[in-house]
Amino acid sequence: MEIQADTTVCIGAGMCALTVPKVFDQSEEEGTVVLLQDVPPQELEEAVRRAVTLCPSGAISISP
Amino acid sequence: MSELTLPTIRQRPLDPPDELKELRQQAAIHRMTYADGHQGWLVTGYAAARAVLASPHFSNTPDDMHPPIDSSRMRAVADGGKLKVPPGFFLRMDPPEHTRFRKLLTGQFTVRRMKMLEPRIAEITDACLDAMEAAGPSVDLVQEFALPIPSLVICELLGVPYEERVQFQANTKVLANLETKVEDAIAALGNITAYLHGLVQRKRKEPADDLLSGLVESGELTDEELTGVGMLLLVAGHETTANMLGLGTYALLTNPAQLAAMRDDPSVAENGVEELLRYLTIIHLGPIRTALQDVEIEGASIKAGETITLHLPTVNRDSSRFPDGDQLDVSRPASGHLSFGHGIHQCLGQQLARAEMRIAYPALLRRFPGLRLAVTPAEVPMRSDMSIYGVHRLPVTW
Repeated sequence: MEIQADTTVCIGAGMCALTVPKVFDQSEEEGTVVLLQDVPPQELEEAVRRAVTLCPSGAISISP
Repeated sequence: MSELTLPTIRQRPLDPPDELKELRQQAAIHRMTYADGHQGWLVTGYAAARAVLASPHFSNTPDDMHPPIDSSRMRAVADGGKLKVPPGFFLRMDPPEHTRFRKLLTGQFTVRRMKMLEPRIAEITDACLDAMEAAGPSVDLVQEFALPIPSLVICELLGVPYEERVQFQANTKVLANLETKVEDAIAALGNITAYLHGLVQRKRKEPADDLLSGLVESGELTDEELTGVGMLLLVAGHETTANMLGLGTYALLTNPAQLAAMRDDPSVAENGVEELLRYLTIIHLGPIRTALQDVEIEGASIKAGETITLHLPTVNRDSSRFPDGDQLDVSRPASGHLSFGHGIHQCLGQQLARAEMRIAYPALLRRFPGLRLAVTPAEVPMRSDMSIYGVHRLPVTW
């Protein structure tokens, strides 16, 4: 699984950082998504999928 | 003309009107007649509500909005009415204006920053519980607990001296009341504006380490815009979490098994807060949007200019998304509820609200293990007349 993040769409709601803090963080200035790792370990894949559904702005997506 | 008008009378205080549940079982989206005769829409299904909130084809400005119910406040705001949205009140703006304001603030409400605030929220909570214990053993939980905790936190974060809160709290209450006369609402808005405008000027002269001073120093906003932003944060920070804490405590006190789980198992509290957010959904008359162009939602063809009301309390009970949605179950997976909204307007302060509730509910229940209602559940006055649902008062004893 590989994660893509689009900071131009991100509204800084923080749902990703709340759901999988090992994978997602937020920038200090604008609070937009920061990817801590593009390819999450397998045990976090389900949580990453949940974060994608919870994201209110469609800023994160995954490819297999 | 549609025979459907928005049902607002609840048969039971914690459940949305039964008619709305029946409607949801028939379809996700319905034609509805608005208070001014407008033929608009009502959404009762989860997927449809999410689709509307995520779509860029709906506006959140009050310009062409029609009021779903006949209340004086909604009439005053609807269709560019007498109650104008103040400059900087970005909740009621569309992009790109909305984006400009929101971007200035998102960095202040990140998950990490809210984590850093937790020790301070815990201190504030403990101080409120001490005061409540001293005032007891019978108190109004709204005045001693539900209101002061979020109020102290948002005042401190924004840089509003807490002792000055009386200057806006009464006015906020007037504005949030659906039956407030237009003249009174305009006067209340004027009072808050004047107070905050003065505060912005004080921050300009003597900046401190707070959010409002930071915004002033950024140089991006005019004093009028800063005033509007301050008002939005202050109102949103007060009315919402305070009502969640009050109504949530009522819900737990009337569901003892759920209360025990929240009190005794620290690992439940986090998810329990999500479930209370879902089950209670205090935004009980909206959100309301207007289509900017023709758009298809779940098979319904919505035309440009038509207003659509999303009944979130009903949407969050949709059994296709939350099985047995009418049951309060603090151990169910409840995330994905729309109580903070969805899309670009999703609540800016949601991580603050979560931090406050995750700390406050367990702290209350552990401090007063014998906490109970001092009146019968039916005697607790509900906020059916306010734009945000909750309890007006919650008499408790221990």
